[in-house]
Amino acid sequence: MFQRITQAVKGAALLDFAGAFGLAMKYMVAPKKTVIYPNERNPQSPRFRGEHALRRYPSGEERCIACKLCEAICPAQAITIEAEPREDGSRRTTRYDIDMVKCIYCGLCQEACPVDAIVEGPNTEFATETREELYYDKERLLDNGDRWERLIAKNLELDAPYR
Amino acid sequence: MQAFFANPAVSWTLLTTGGILLVVIWVLLSLAFLLLADRKIWAGVQMRKGPNVVGPFGLLQSFADFFKFVLKEIVIPAGADKVVFILAPLISLILAFVGWAVVPFAPGWVVSNLNVGILYLLAMSSLGVYGIIMGGWASNSKYPFLGALRSAAQMVSYEVSIGLIIITVILLAGSMNLSTIVEKQSGWIWNWNVFGGGLNNLVLLPVMVVAMGMFYISALAETNRPPFDLPEAESELVAGYQVEYSSTPYLLFMVAEYSNIVLMCAMISVLFFGGWNPGFPTDFLSSWHPFAANLFLALVFYAKICFWFFMFAMAKAIVPRYRYDQLMRLGWKVFLPTSLVLVAAVAAWRVFGPAA
Repeated sequence: MFQRITQAVKGAALLDFAGAFGLAMKYMVAPKKTVIYPNERNPQSPRFRGEHALRRYPSGEERCIACKLCEAICPAQAITIEAEPREDGSRRTTRYDIDMVKCIYCGLCQEACPVDAIVEGPNTEFATETREELYYDKERLLDNGDRWERLIAKNLELDAPYR
Repeated sequence: MQAFFANPAVSWTLLTTGGILLVVIWVLLSLAFLLLADRKIWAGVQMRKGPNVVGPFGLLQSFADFFKFVLKEIVIPAGADKVVFILAPLISLILAFVGWAVVPFAPGWVVSNLNVGILYLLAMSSLGVYGIIMGGWASNSKYPFLGALRSAAQMVSYEVSIGLIIITVILLAGSMNLSTIVEKQSGWIWNWNVFGGGLNNLVLLPVMVVAMGMFYISALAETNRPPFDLPEAESELVAGYQVEYSSTPYLLFMVAEYSNIVLMCAMISVLFFGGWNPGFPTDFLSSWHPFAANLFLALVFYAKICFWFFMFAMAKAIVPRYRYDQLMRLGWKVFLPTSLVLVAAVAAWRVFGPAA
């Protein structure tokens, strides 16, 4: 009974409201957390899993040896690979497609890759206007690799001690 | 020509039309920036920056929104009652604006100096529920209908306690004319109604402070603002009676809503916080040009409106939404008896107190 009365008096005196008001005023003058996105960005972990890329060796030779481990492990079955021997006899892919719409960005493909060929880079800005543009082929992935190689190599190096 | 303008009917019509235009333009312009302020305050409490892209500090955001609304297509649902569907936002908007006719901005600066100004205001804000009910019914859809029903029940409940609280102010001022009520509160700050309206009425201070608090909370409920925004509770009813509205009709509903809110802010200022009185004697204004003096007083009034709008915005930012039965319990079981007691207390003081 006594408790109910004190509760009613507290409610009538708007104590909760006054407390919340004080707290709100405190936060209103606090520094804002807003990031003005295209001009400012949040920090990104070296492990960040963004857009995919196929890497090359410094000699220019593509790393992928068509072992198809990534295709096998992909939980969304987003990767399609076809392979046959090249003229010089080495095993290479003739087709390496990733359906970026199916992909769930779990990172299992880059975990599975024995030669660090397929990696998920730091890029997140690959929105397109049509769905078809998101069906990446080998050419597009290799191009990504060339474009983001410096950042990808740096991130792999930073993350290496924890692997 | 001169004789034409000297005709009292013509000059009265012209003056009144000019006054109406001035007030409507002032309210609309204020709404544009108060809407932005609302969003900025809400954002500030959440440590965000709020709209800051359109114009310096996002000042033109409301105008960008306006064009966005107006340029979109008006979608009328197939099963809707077309006439009522379009009529509803118009009625809401008109009723939200006619209330401003009796609000005194400065001595003599009022469109219509009605002797029953408060009754008129009460009537207009009660009629406002029609726009919402019509909108909810004409949409021929479940969510709008539920939202409209909730809104009707809520507005009727809180109208009662608002009316009773206003009676305490009428008893103090002895007049239903808003200009007279404001003039009674001139002079020092303790003449404001929230302090009992004068030093010899200081006994009424606790009564009037409670009345002011209850008026503020009832005004939140009356204008469907959080924490009493059940008619448009987005987690339950998506957007309540506005679900089927788009484009300009939706804009009209929103302008009406915010106009009502600002009108309520103005009413709190007029009834409890001395309207245009700055809280100290304004004798020094007699040496000013009368227009400048009135402008100064109008700015004081505007500052009070802004302060109360700030309180409305803060309530939106910090208070969680009430449950429907809690809302009804608060209205009928707490506010109604309390406001009856307040009226009795003020009436007793007026009859048996020293001022009688």
